[in-house]
Amino acid sequence: MRGKAVVTGLGVAAPNGLGVEEYWRATLGGRTGIGRITRFDPTNYPARLAGEIEGFVAEDHLPGRLLPQTDRMTRIALVGADWAFADAGIAPGDLPEFDMGVITASSSGGFEFGQNELRALWSKGGQYVSAYQSFAWFYAVNSGQISIRNGMRGPSGVVVSDQAGGLDALAQARRQIRKGTSLVMTGAIDASLCPWGWVAQLAGGRLSTSDDPEHAYLPFDARARGHVPGEGGALLVLEDGEHAERRGARVHGEFAGYGSTFDPRPGSGRPPGLRKAIELALADAGLEPDGIDVVFADAAAVPELDRVEAEALAGVFGPRGVPVTAPKTMTGRLYSGAAPLDLAAAFLALRDQVIPPTVHTDPDASYDLDLVGPEPRPAALGTALVLARGHGGFNSAAVVRTATG
Amino acid sequence: MTTGAAGGRRVVITGIGVTAPGGPGVKNFWQLLTDGRTATRSISFFDPAPFRSQVAAEVDFDAELLGLSPQEIRRMDRAAQFAVVTAREAVEDSGLETGELDPYRVGVTIGSAVGATTGLDQEYRTVSDGGRLELVDHAYAVPHLYDYLVPSSFAAEVAWAVGAEGPGTVVSTGCTSGLDAVGHAAELIREGSADVMIAGAADAPISPITVACFDAIKATTPRNDDPEHASRPFDASRNGFVLGEGSAVFVLEELDAARRRGAHVYAEIAGYATRSNAFHMTGLRPDGREMAEAIRVALDEARMNPGDLDYINAHGSGTKQNDRHETAAFKRSLGEHARRTPVSSIKSMVGHSLGAIGSIEIAASALAMEHGVVPPTANLHRPDPECDLDYVPLTAREHRTDAVLSVGSGFGGFQSAIVLARPERSAR
Repeated sequence: MRGKAVVTGLGVAAPNGLGVEEYWRATLGGRTGIGRITRFDPTNYPARLAGEIEGFVAEDHLPGRLLPQTDRMTRIALVGADWAFADAGIAPGDLPEFDMGVITASSSGGFEFGQNELRALWSKGGQYVSAYQSFAWFYAVNSGQISIRNGMRGPSGVVVSDQAGGLDALAQARRQIRKGTSLVMTGAIDASLCPWGWVAQLAGGRLSTSDDPEHAYLPFDARARGHVPGEGGALLVLEDGEHAERRGARVHGEFAGYGSTFDPRPGSGRPPGLRKAIELALADAGLEPDGIDVVFADAAAVPELDRVEAEALAGVFGPRGVPVTAPKTMTGRLYSGAAPLDLAAAFLALRDQVIPPTVHTDPDASYDLDLVGPEPRPAALGTALVLARGHGGFNSAAVVRTATG
Repeated sequence: MTTGAAGGRRVVITGIGVTAPGGPGVKNFWQLLTDGRTATRSISFFDPAPFRSQVAAEVDFDAELLGLSPQEIRRMDRAAQFAVVTAREAVEDSGLETGELDPYRVGVTIGSAVGATTGLDQEYRTVSDGGRLELVDHAYAVPHLYDYLVPSSFAAEVAWAVGAEGPGTVVSTGCTSGLDAVGHAAELIREGSADVMIAGAADAPISPITVACFDAIKATTPRNDDPEHASRPFDASRNGFVLGEGSAVFVLEELDAARRRGAHVYAEIAGYATRSNAFHMTGLRPDGREMAEAIRVALDEARMNPGDLDYINAHGSGTKQNDRHETAAFKRSLGEHARRTPVSSIKSMVGHSLGAIGSIEIAASALAMEHGVVPPTANLHRPDPECDLDYVPLTAREHRTDAVLSVGSGFGGFQSAIVLARPERSAR
């Protein structure tokens, strides 16, 4: 286990389930968390569906003084980190303070908090802006707040690469573990479901305008017309393998390989970078393509992007060469929270030897994908590949495997 | 330790670009610093009258003159424009023909604390019709609003500008972003994930929402009647920082490759570390423990001793608590050498550009090594008795500089330290 970075704790908050087991039961059961937006009235917007987290009551988990200074995504992240620690069977006080870091991803910060303060500024005046605005909305807030709540004084960080950032955070956490930090809380919880965030997401031009939760987000389907966004994600306890072994920790698996690339400038004539990112991740894990047992797809549900992903997978693994799944069809795309949630799902798949389903999609045969359908598929699983792409051209790929693999 | 000067691949700066208050480009920047002039002034971007703090260090920036196309100007937030212009200057300075490199081996890391906050502020005002609409109107949104939502667009723009297809990300750790972005990029080269990194930072936060949020916690100075002398790090009369804006970007390369192509080497990124205070989102403990730990680890990675440092480029924001915290951290980590080593804060001249300043300060540090001149701390007439180091008051100093420590401290509790040194030095 020396030099390895292993995941020993999972904290999950997803639109179809709060907590690891609830999320996993919902996912294996094909239960979707996508529905009409309730947080604000979406009637007059061209897109009206999202994956909202239900039943999260911050007051049940956090001290009252934290509430006025935190955005929704930060509250969920603080609780997600608590759950990840509990799942890892370790308390922050068990380790030296400089031996624990926090490295999270964010895509747009505490956007709803920022929205409310912008509204105060422009409707009432600068003196009505919250004393917490200077930090509650910015991208670093979750790493900062998690470190404070848990007394973690080791190397910390924040990466922003849209949806790909969720994997980039894990890679940065592994880097710190290799340099000698015993434990890093990593991953991402994202949320920007507010009118201002919604208008900004609409401008990206990739939101599905369907009103039918069963037909709105259909990656790899000929009917694909964009995605449904959601909120949530996962925080993971990444730990030095030897440290985990010494304390007899239950290990979910190893973060074994990672690669990232950036797409060429439009019009350059060069190929997209996703395939290269996959090859880098495989090489980093020391695996050949036939060593991958399942792929968790990025699943953009934009025809051109689905094509790029399908071609990258066919190029590396051969046509229908590996089972591919997209459980995010039940949660929506969670921005930087999506890939950490997929990593959590991958570890649970390794544990239970079952591939979670992809719901609603009827895959277009021309993609040549072995897309796992609406039922879970039992399989012998020792490894998984997780893909994540960010707006503008970010491609990241990660390989995980069972601890004994 | 698998990294560090003697641990394998070494990383050097071979190109520098700067866009800072006082005039764009490295030349204007260095002239301002060595003259000891200040670029702080009354805010001109909007009417600052309703705000407590009405001073800022603004960049006189003509995007078209600096080579951006009309479409680039239209789609990019001001900070992204800074980043692209500055990255191009750095690449040109390095003499690197990026077209001849394997694009997968060239990466981009851009630091930014608050991303496209100015663009978001302006757009919110429009789509909410001056704050009247709670359900903001998407019909009035600019087509590139998504790129403002996700500041990762800054890294994307720079990657496009230089033709990079390797690892790309934005690093956003508040006011240490610019330092952490360079430290992160250096680690990617060391571990072999890239051969060349275009790394730096950009922020353009001088907008009503930013000014209001710092007013709310009295972090910025209210010295509105004397804007040229408003930023006073380490002075007894200091009463808050002056908001700034800008960018610095570097070309980082593996040392042997840089030498093979006969590149000019400014400095090696010899050591880097970051720690968190886990104390308060905006507050600092006076003892400087966590910053001291970051300094200790960065020096260790560089295999250097406190006595090897010739200059310390301070965070020196000019808030009451920061300058004492930092002075304590230097004493704690460097012992007697803290008193023997010149320390200065260029924020006295160019203000505090949040996530960008860490990179701008690395540029100042590298240029200090290049020219054998240490920039001064302007406006320092009467030091705070608790800030009792040699802060190089008022006037730049000729001083042979072979190794520099630069530090940053940010909201969220981040404390970072980076060590630059001549690659030919003898490590301990």
